[in-house]
Amino acid sequence: MKITRKDVEHVALLSRLEMGEAESEKFTGQLNAILDYVEVLNKVDTTGIEPTAHVLPLKNIMRPDETRPSLPRDLALANAPEQEDGYFKVPKIMEG
Amino acid sequence: MSLYAKTIRELNDKLKQKEISAVEIVEAALRRIDAVETRIGAFRTVTSDSALAQAKAVDAKIGRGEPISPLAGIPGAIKDNICTFGVPTTCGSKILAQFVPPYNATVMDRLAAKDAVIIGKTNMDEFAMGSSTENSAFGTTRNPWHTAYVPGGSSGGSAAAVAAGEAIWALGSDTGGSIRQPAAYCGVVGLKPTYGRVSRYGLVAYASSLDQIGPITRDVTDCALVLNAIAGYDPQDSTSVKADAPDFTAALAAGVKGLKVGIPREYFSPGLSDNVRAAAQDAIKRLTAQGAEIIEVSMPHTEYALSAYYLIATAEASSNLARYDGVGYGHRGSGNDIIAMYKKTRTEGFGEEVRRRIMLGTYALSSGYYDAYYLKALKVRTLVKRDFDRAFEQVDVLLTPTTPTQAFRVGEKVNDPLAMYLEDVLTVPINLAGIPAISVPCGLADGMPVGVQFIGKPLDEATILRAAYALEQSGEWQNRIAPAGEV
Amino acid sequence: MKYETVIGLEVHTELKTESKIFCGCSTRFGAEQNTNVCPVCLGLPGVLPVLNEKVVEFAIRTGLALNCTIAPFSKFDRKNYYYPDLPKNFQTSQYDLPIAINGYLDIAVNGETKRIGITRVHMEEDAGKLVHAGTIAKSDYALVDYNRTGVPLLEIVSEPDIRSPEEAKAYLEKLKTILQYIDVSDCKMEEGSLRCDANISLRPAGSTKLGTKTEIKNLNSFRSVQRGLEYEVLRQTEVLEEGGRIIQETRSWDENRGITVSLRSKEHAHDYRYFPEPDLIPIVTDEKRIQAIRESLPELPDARKARLMRDYGLSGYDAEVITASRAMADFFDAAVSLGSDPKATANWLMGDMSRMLNAAGLSVEEAPVTPAKLAGLLALISKGTISGKIAKTVFEQMWETGKDAETIVTEQGMVQISDEGAIIAVIDAVIAANPQSVADYRAGKEQALGFLVGQVMKQTKGRANPQLANKLLKERI
Repeated sequence: MKITRKDVEHVALLSRLEMGEAESEKFTGQLNAILDYVEVLNKVDTTGIEPTAHVLPLKNIMRPDETRPSLPRDLALANAPEQEDGYFKVPKIMEG
Repeated sequence: MSLYAKTIRELNDKLKQKEISAVEIVEAALRRIDAVETRIGAFRTVTSDSALAQAKAVDAKIGRGEPISPLAGIPGAIKDNICTFGVPTTCGSKILAQFVPPYNATVMDRLAAKDAVIIGKTNMDEFAMGSSTENSAFGTTRNPWHTAYVPGGSSGGSAAAVAAGEAIWALGSDTGGSIRQPAAYCGVVGLKPTYGRVSRYGLVAYASSLDQIGPITRDVTDCALVLNAIAGYDPQDSTSVKADAPDFTAALAAGVKGLKVGIPREYFSPGLSDNVRAAAQDAIKRLTAQGAEIIEVSMPHTEYALSAYYLIATAEASSNLARYDGVGYGHRGSGNDIIAMYKKTRTEGFGEEVRRRIMLGTYALSSGYYDAYYLKALKVRTLVKRDFDRAFEQVDVLLTPTTPTQAFRVGEKVNDPLAMYLEDVLTVPINLAGIPAISVPCGLADGMPVGVQFIGKPLDEATILRAAYALEQSGEWQNRIAPAGEV
Repeated sequence: MKYETVIGLEVHTELKTESKIFCGCSTRFGAEQNTNVCPVCLGLPGVLPVLNEKVVEFAIRTGLALNCTIAPFSKFDRKNYYYPDLPKNFQTSQYDLPIAINGYLDIAVNGETKRIGITRVHMEEDAGKLVHAGTIAKSDYALVDYNRTGVPLLEIVSEPDIRSPEEAKAYLEKLKTILQYIDVSDCKMEEGSLRCDANISLRPAGSTKLGTKTEIKNLNSFRSVQRGLEYEVLRQTEVLEEGGRIIQETRSWDENRGITVSLRSKEHAHDYRYFPEPDLIPIVTDEKRIQAIRESLPELPDARKARLMRDYGLSGYDAEVITASRAMADFFDAAVSLGSDPKATANWLMGDMSRMLNAAGLSVEEAPVTPAKLAGLLALISKGTISGKIAKTVFEQMWETGKDAETIVTEQGMVQISDEGAIIAVIDAVIAANPQSVADYRAGKEQALGFLVGQVMKQTKGRANPQLANKLLKERI
């Protein structure tokens, strides 16, 4: 599989990254080199092999339904780039 | 010998004997930082004031005749992707340059409970993505054995700080080798615990199913002592293992007589440098001399591990790093609408390697490619893990080189991402399998350290520590301080 | 051409747990902005989720109440998309292995029962709230409150079995009833704890192929579910009649303008890139646990309605109304168990009780008249102590004062007069005072008797036993 410039630009959009002409060119080349390398996986027969999403043989890890103290609001907002009236403030939102 | 050059164990003895004070230890480390830091660049933040205050508290405790823990009053350095309440935690990224966590990672609470002194936060490849610490937004850390060389990465700051005597011990994090590879390059001991052994709560995630926090120290005993302090079940981490952590120092000196040491032939591929191969063979020889049984094993899926690793790690990273969007914390780029702001924030805030991995991971998960890349990688992960399961039916530990080569020069691989990824080829299979491994120094070759790696069964850190201890004690490398640019 | 409407509903319901799904913050509605937040639900770097066990229990309860199969193995996945109400820019949800699948619920339409399939029930976290300066389109900034972030949600997805906006409303009402019965959600649409999106398409009557669908969002009341879908049926019909094509898109119901509007996406294709949540551990549920939860379920609305019809002879309509709310049905059962006549109880609940509740804006549980008090009132009626008419006055006073019926009747001397002598005295006075009416009655005007009885009741302030007064009056004229 080859990743195209168009793919790279689409992936950049999904990743919320700007992608200029030159960089898109460079990334296309580098990602193709990496994807060529990982092609080696196609040599492995994985028929009937279960995927491993977790290495641990754990199940049903849960906590009781109990409340714990929340953060004081000034601490919750302390790192906010912009805030107003106890809210996080962001530029206008386009639907999507 | 100056105090900064001693081990945790030695310093703890002296504290208990009241030969020295904790403040003296911390002052010695701070002086060392002053002396070498401009050449090494191991730290992001040095917390002198709070370190001295912590040391004073320990001295008071000793003065009152109270018992102290092994880490009490001993200054350690923390990788800058472990959240520290009130102390900046940047992950080596511009996007978190101003971020001050309002909470502590679980390991920080555990260390505080043991009265450990935190002397600072260490430099790293941005979001732990890299193998040289050249990907930090705040400058490159240098190898204390030769400042033209990289310290390895991504925990390069932690490894360099310990090797240079700027800290007695450190914490790193290891997703594909990020503790073990810099430990090998810097001539220190680095251990990646079993996945789930040490809480990840408060460790800024790179790849959640692979990340583990672990110790970097100057000898194996110290490694066990730090692991003792940080290991154990944490209800705030769903992937934490509910197993009692033993005293990892208990069996260190039990020796390797009769220990079955597996040598996986696929880890000794033609890509190894002569120095590395020779060091591993020397290690085999020394273990054999102590009565270990050497057994050659085969792990046929080794060559696929790196590909699987890069797909899984980047896929998880693409999602983990989505939160850096300029809304709640961190850098915000300017933009008239939210999407423009997101793009500006992330493009300005992330370095190139991080953006490349986000792109790769996003692609691997995207519609139409998920099965071919991500799912395929998870299946190969199963096979890699089975290789280890089979090997451990025959042997107690595995011995391999930690890295294919020794430290390379600063700048040598920055423009070749794939060459940089190949640095991790001997360490990533262990993360995929979730098992423990330790890198232990095995001498200098051409003036630079070489490390070997012991790999253990799940939750069997005790055995790899014992093997590493036996190797350490049989050689000449014990607690060496690097010259740190002093010629 | 004649078209058939095909609707599937996606309902989100907030679960009434104390704490959020993955952290210990309170789920309380209406707190000051950004006060029910912590590092975990703010999605700060380094945090990890830990699943609230109550969420799983509630999800299984819901699955069982909706006749679903409970998954023996279930897991969480990440749904990746960027939106400022989502601090991590992914929603922790369930993708290919939801907790419950393949269920159904029955709705009553035009007196017939219709079965609507439930595709799946899955657990996920709610997002935060955005406050816009002015309208979303016009404001140049937005404010974010993360209190709601991480409140547990169930998403309940129906099969495309719904054939009209009325059915959609009936489905939603039935679902709400069930969720309230099993006590997993408050289902307050006005507080957003029950929310509904719809997929709707048309196809030529008789066709089995599905047409192109639109997704309608913002259907935030029962009324808007019906109105929004009615509008969309008209809109799609018009497009098709004019030879146009339906565009697959998301549309938002605008309650004020009474139309749906397209939410044109600036970013074209959504690609959620679901993958297993590495920070959470799979949920394994065995038959024993399922059985234990099944046994803890209360009697569900359909079974309860059938019992009320069978055991008490209530009409289908009455039983439906009484069981539509668990609280009302509980009230009914409690009053009946204290000896009240079932039909009279039903009538009182559907009549005066409902009227007073609506006027006061109270729920059944909040009513000042308890089942025991209503039973006391009904007992006075059936013993003949008070008349039905007086009872209405007594009921109102019980409502206002919280006193029981007997106290009110005694205090105010409202006891019915059944003493013939006393009534005859009043009758004689009425006869003497109304010769014209007496004459009319004698001339065959039956209505005149009613007037005279009315006069007797008036003179006795309603206390005369009406049957007795009627009988005696006839005898005396």
